[in-house]
Amino acid sequence: MTNLMEIEHVSMIYGPLKALSDISLSIPKGQWLAIMGPSGSGKTTLMNIMGCLDTQSEGELTLDGMVLGKLGPEGLTAIRREAIGLIFQQFHLVGYLTALENVMVAQYYHSMVDESEALEALDRVGLAERADHLPSQLSGGEQQRVCIARALINHPKLILADEPTGNLDEANERMVMDILHKLHQAGSTIVVVTHAPEVAEHADRVIVLEHGRLISDTLTKGNGQGEGNAKAVGKAVDADKPEVEEDPSIQEAAPA
Amino acid sequence: MFWKMVFGALGRQRGKHIGIALTVALGVSLATAMLGVMFDVGDKVNQELKSYGANLNIVPRGGSMAGDKYEFEEGGKEGLANLIPEAELYKIKMIFWAYNIVDFAPYLEVQVMPAGAQGAPAGLPGRPAQGGHAHTADHPMHAGNGNHAGHGDHAGGIPNGEGALEAPAQGRGAPGGITLIGTWFRKELKLPTGEEVETGMIPLKSWWKLNGEPGDDSDANGVLVGRDVADRLKLSPGDAFPVITPKGERLELKVRGVFSSGGEEDSQVFSPMALAQNAAGLPGMVGRVEASALTTPENELSRRAARNPDSLSQLEKDTWYCTAYISSIAYQIEEALPGVRVKPVMRVAESEGPILEKTQLMMVLLTALTLLSSALAISNLVTANIMERSVEIGLMKALGASNFSVALLILCEMLLVGALGGVLGYLAGLGLARLIGLSVFGEAVVVPGEVLPLSALMVLIVVFAGSIPALRSILRLRPTEVLHGR
Ligand SMILES: Nc1ncnc2c1ncn2[C@@H]1O[C@H](COP(=O)(O)OP(=O)(O)OP(=O)(O)O)[C@@H](O)[C@H]1O
Ligand SMILES: [Mg+2]
Repeated sequence: MTNLMEIEHVSMIYGPLKALSDISLSIPKGQWLAIMGPSGSGKTTLMNIMGCLDTQSEGELTLDGMVLGKLGPEGLTAIRREAIGLIFQQFHLVGYLTALENVMVAQYYHSMVDESEALEALDRVGLAERADHLPSQLSGGEQQRVCIARALINHPKLILADEPTGNLDEANERMVMDILHKLHQAGSTIVVVTHAPEVAEHADRVIVLEHGRLISDTLTKGNGQGEGNAKAVGKAVDADKPEVEEDPSIQEAAPA
Repeated sequence: MFWKMVFGALGRQRGKHIGIALTVALGVSLATAMLGVMFDVGDKVNQELKSYGANLNIVPRGGSMAGDKYEFEEGGKEGLANLIPEAELYKIKMIFWAYNIVDFAPYLEVQVMPAGAQGAPAGLPGRPAQGGHAHTADHPMHAGNGNHAGHGDHAGGIPNGEGALEAPAQGRGAPGGITLIGTWFRKELKLPTGEEVETGMIPLKSWWKLNGEPGDDSDANGVLVGRDVADRLKLSPGDAFPVITPKGERLELKVRGVFSSGGEEDSQVFSPMALAQNAAGLPGMVGRVEASALTTPENELSRRAARNPDSLSQLEKDTWYCTAYISSIAYQIEEALPGVRVKPVMRVAESEGPILEKTQLMMVLLTALTLLSSALAISNLVTANIMERSVEIGLMKALGASNFSVALLILCEMLLVGALGGVLGYLAGLGLARLIGLSVFGEAVVVPGEVLPLSALMVLIVVFAGSIPALRSILRLRPTEVLHGR
């Protein structure tokens, strides 16, 4: 099993601020990775770079063998279209389109619209009967499920979710996590940014950022509880070395 | 899907889009009106300019150059050859460009002496020899024959235009002598087609200031007296005005009105045509005709045709003939009235072209400015609209929409909105052109069909130009800036 994404010595510099500094990380295919860390630690920044929404200042990034740094803006747009499913904290649905049409927008920019396939995707997130509703007629949890349906409609290699449950209540959070679980079981590679340990604990692996540095990288083997975090805190700041060492074991764990 | 997105967005921001449509409509309506007026203004301005003078002088063929000598030798009998039969004049309104002949008026001059309070018509014989220097020298017979022959023969003369130079000499040639000119004041002319047209001197000289009654063609002895004559002889409307004709007859004229023209005519007297014909002994004849025509400004073709009509190819000749150039109208009048020469009064005709061109240039500039300002207004509105939708646009880009496809989406929206505004604006522009025509020229401006594609083009230009700043900001927009609500 190869790595889907290789992040090598990536830094992101905003003027005097180093939002990310020298991050190296490998994400095997099928892994569910959680990114944690305090506010302003660089989680979204890292996520944007992984999602081809932003380009790093230094370092290199490889997705499925493709070196992303060599692609221009149009090339990155194409990668986003073909290989990445994005889920945002603020949902971001097009207000004047129905749930179904919002899913079809992603199909439209990817290739061809296929209404039955879009309906099927809505069905998978339990919203088939709300297909004709506008976002304003849906609850927050329902809107987020539409976003998930939209993110997975084109069978992306990588699903990126930035605080997907940040705006949701517990019941909706559980529903969203269930969907992510199903995706994970179906073999999807998932990266979730979260503040919440109860969200992170669903992941195979948890990394922690602080001041743009990777300070811990822990395998939790699917159901790992608080230990993941406890271990993480104990980790040294020079975390990129252990992470590289852990990779082989993750590769074994991932297919499970 | 594309159209769902376009129409969805249009419906969602209905108010904003209506605002944009109305801005387009405003700009296009002004531009359409101005273009319409511009295309139609040629005729209108021409019509206005005609009030500054007739632009065609129709004279008998023999009457202008060698005419004087001929007249004197042949005397009053065969001088008819230098006249135009009054009964033929209707043909002027039968030529191809008849409708462009706005007005025409015939003239017949006869020299009379006021039979005033001083009693006998002063110094009948011999007198003109003193003043008529040039004439006397040219035509020895003049002196011998005295007053009658000398001036009677000038029945075909021309009081203005080229002939105008001679008129003062004549007027003052015989002290106390007065040029009486027969004309049509305002005549109903019946054409063989059954049509009736009204023409004559009063409409032709619309700028004259008249004190008293206008002339009446059916009046047996009523005349209009020029300002200078009235001052000299202390005449005012209503006064009796006895004169002695060249034949020695006494005519009891009556002053109907006193006019001031600011020109040569102020020292002349105008009477109904029949009166002058009787006085001159030339029944049914006129000396010359002034006509005012709506003309197309001269261009290279018309100038070439004026120089030598035979130098044109058949196609060029047809084009020339079927265009209302002053030269082709002149040519057609000569065709209709074989005995005449038609001389364009070029000073007036030539000034019309540049005035028109300047007016039209001004219209084009105003139109361009209107379009520019509406493009600016639209660019503000479109940019505001795009700013409001930056999240939506960022989202589409994040989903993998290329810059091109997002720009296409926005442009399509704007074009639809622009099309709506353009249709509204075009219709409003037609109305506006009517209004402008009515208030400026006193008649509706008819916007020609070629303005429609121009208006459509203007919508395209305004919408594209107005969308440029918004499109630039779309290209620059990075999804990360709008999607994470930092
Ligand atoms: N475009 C930018 N220009 C300048 N500074 C930026 C930019 N984007 C992010 N930053 C800074 O980089 C740092 C990391 O930001 P980032 O959004 O990645 O944090 P985060 O971990 O996602 O925080 P949160 O948990 O609050 O979402 C912050 O200090 C932020 O202010
Ligand atoms: Mg964040």
